[in-house]
Amino acid sequence: MTYVVRRFLLLVVTLIFISVITFLVFQILPGDPVRTMLGPDADEAQVETLKQQLGLDQPGHVQYLHLVEGFFQGDMGDSIRFSRPVTGLIMERLPITLSLAVISLIIVILVTIPLGIFSAKREKKWSDFFLSSFTQLGMAVPTFFVGMVLILFIGMSFQFFTTGGYVPWSESITGAIGSLILPALTIALPQIAISFRYVRNAILEQSKLDYVRTARGKGVSEAIVIYKHVLRNSLIPVVTVFGLILAEVIAGTIVVEQVFSLPGIGRLLITAVSYRDFPVVQGIVLYIALVVVVINFIVDILYAVLDPRIRLKS
Amino acid sequence: MTRKVLEVKDLRTSFFSPEGEIPAVDGVNFHLSEGEILGIVGESGCGKSVTSLSIMGLVPTENGKVVGGSIRFHGEELTKATAKRMRQIRGKEIAMIYQEPMSSLNPVFTIGSQLMEAIRTHNKISREEAAKKAIEMLNLVGLPRADELIHEYPHQLSGGMCQRVMIAMAVACGPKVLIADEPTTALDVTIQAQILDLMKNLNQELNTSIIMITHDLGVVAELCDRVAVMYAGKIVEEGSVDVIFQQPKHPYTIGLIQSIPDIRFKKDRLYSIPGYVPKPGTIKKGCHFAQRCEHAFDVCKEETPKMVVSLDGHAVRCFLHGTLKEEKHDRNIIKS
Repeated sequence: MTYVVRRFLLLVVTLIFISVITFLVFQILPGDPVRTMLGPDADEAQVETLKQQLGLDQPGHVQYLHLVEGFFQGDMGDSIRFSRPVTGLIMERLPITLSLAVISLIIVILVTIPLGIFSAKREKKWSDFFLSSFTQLGMAVPTFFVGMVLILFIGMSFQFFTTGGYVPWSESITGAIGSLILPALTIALPQIAISFRYVRNAILEQSKLDYVRTARGKGVSEAIVIYKHVLRNSLIPVVTVFGLILAEVIAGTIVVEQVFSLPGIGRLLITAVSYRDFPVVQGIVLYIALVVVVINFIVDILYAVLDPRIRLKS
Repeated sequence: MTRKVLEVKDLRTSFFSPEGEIPAVDGVNFHLSEGEILGIVGESGCGKSVTSLSIMGLVPTENGKVVGGSIRFHGEELTKATAKRMRQIRGKEIAMIYQEPMSSLNPVFTIGSQLMEAIRTHNKISREEAAKKAIEMLNLVGLPRADELIHEYPHQLSGGMCQRVMIAMAVACGPKVLIADEPTTALDVTIQAQILDLMKNLNQELNTSIIMITHDLGVVAELCDRVAVMYAGKIVEEGSVDVIFQQPKHPYTIGLIQSIPDIRFKKDRLYSIPGYVPKPGTIKKGCHFAQRCEHAFDVCKEETPKMVVSLDGHAVRCFLHGTLKEEKHDRNIIKS
């Protein structure tokens, strides 16, 4: 259990670091948000008043503590552009980005694991070579292009898929899936290309180890040898990659959201940056940091679940 | 006469690389009788392990293959058996233990689950019964607190304990033949003796025939009834342990025995056979040992000697003993 406690402490420390750095970066950043809000015609008195209202006249450490306090209360300040709470803005878009992330991760897992096993078992054969080259292609093609191709050839041909906009889950489950599956596929494609190689190499490396020979020596079927013995050990490095993919997608997939006109976190971030909407940018940065750190924590826990050597090392 | 459990005839196993075929096992013959312990001795790279993997049908399929000969288990031809039949035989009829006990167990499963897997693969019994059987097997191989041990993982055990677990796993389904591939090489000397004792007991109690593969003649003397000496893919001498140790005939066997350190005589320098084991496939003709042999003469480099068996069952593959005419042999000895 000490392992979990240690990992949790690491999570807390990382979060503190990130919040400090985020705070400092926005202090140093050129461009005064107050002046942006008020426009070029505002006089000094107006600027001062607004600064007081926003608490920007107080010393740095007070402002920082204020930020942390707000973070825990779910109050990240108000958006300058939308004049609404930042938390609300993020929360609105969260279901879209989260669904997108989960669906694309499921696609990645469902495709790469069987494909990786297939390829590893045919090491140095033509099918393995073909798959490896094909996935190279998957990495090389830019996502916006894949997205457009999918819209053009699949989205336009089948009624089921919505090629722009988002249908909430609460409204229609099939509608939600229809609107998310193509963008999820677009996100998944390059990720499949990357994680396929990890899965293939992990399986290949593991299947040469002694314990695999022992399993075969017991007379168990080849399916058990691969799916039970080899796969379980291969998953340990692969889980890291899946965690990275999930974090990347949850942090927002700007291009894909743009192509499919999905109002997700990525699009909010673009808008916020272009309007110098500092509270929103700050909120999203903290949100992304939180997501990445939490997912890393989950990955660490999964290591322990998968590998008793990690779990039992005191 | 006791029944033969396993009969290997002219076994050839090769590996294939871009440079061509590499014969790792090059025409090996031996048999194993019921309840017997046969030692197969030789330096590393002589084809001992590949021989055992060939019997198990576990030669790596990517680049290796049994290319010829026959392996008969109770008369059944294993080289032509289907994959399904081989799975029935592996673990149930012929089981194997390996050189590296620590890495031979799967690190992410408990000892119990790995033992139970071996048991339940060949017996249709419930998990509870299998767990009971697993504890029973761990007790049999002399492991203490077996009921706790089944919940532990390989990394929590020492090498000696892991090897006992491997042995428990191998004998769990009551195999007729146990192949032990250097089972004590990775272990401390004191643990080695314990493992050898254990194997001897299992041989006597369960009447399991054992093939003991080792490079350690001490192990052979301790454990085996009969011994086959292997060199560069071929068996060069075979006979009962007493005969081989007291009257070795093949120059290689003589060299091996001379290179055992003897605590009673202090020597300045330990005897060693000059040179190295040739890379498999590099010797095209003649006796494989010729280039390292002190007694080699012209014929040795040209022709492959045949196995000559004397009346007491002592077989040797050397021109110094048998087939060639005595005079030719004498002339060459004088010349050299």
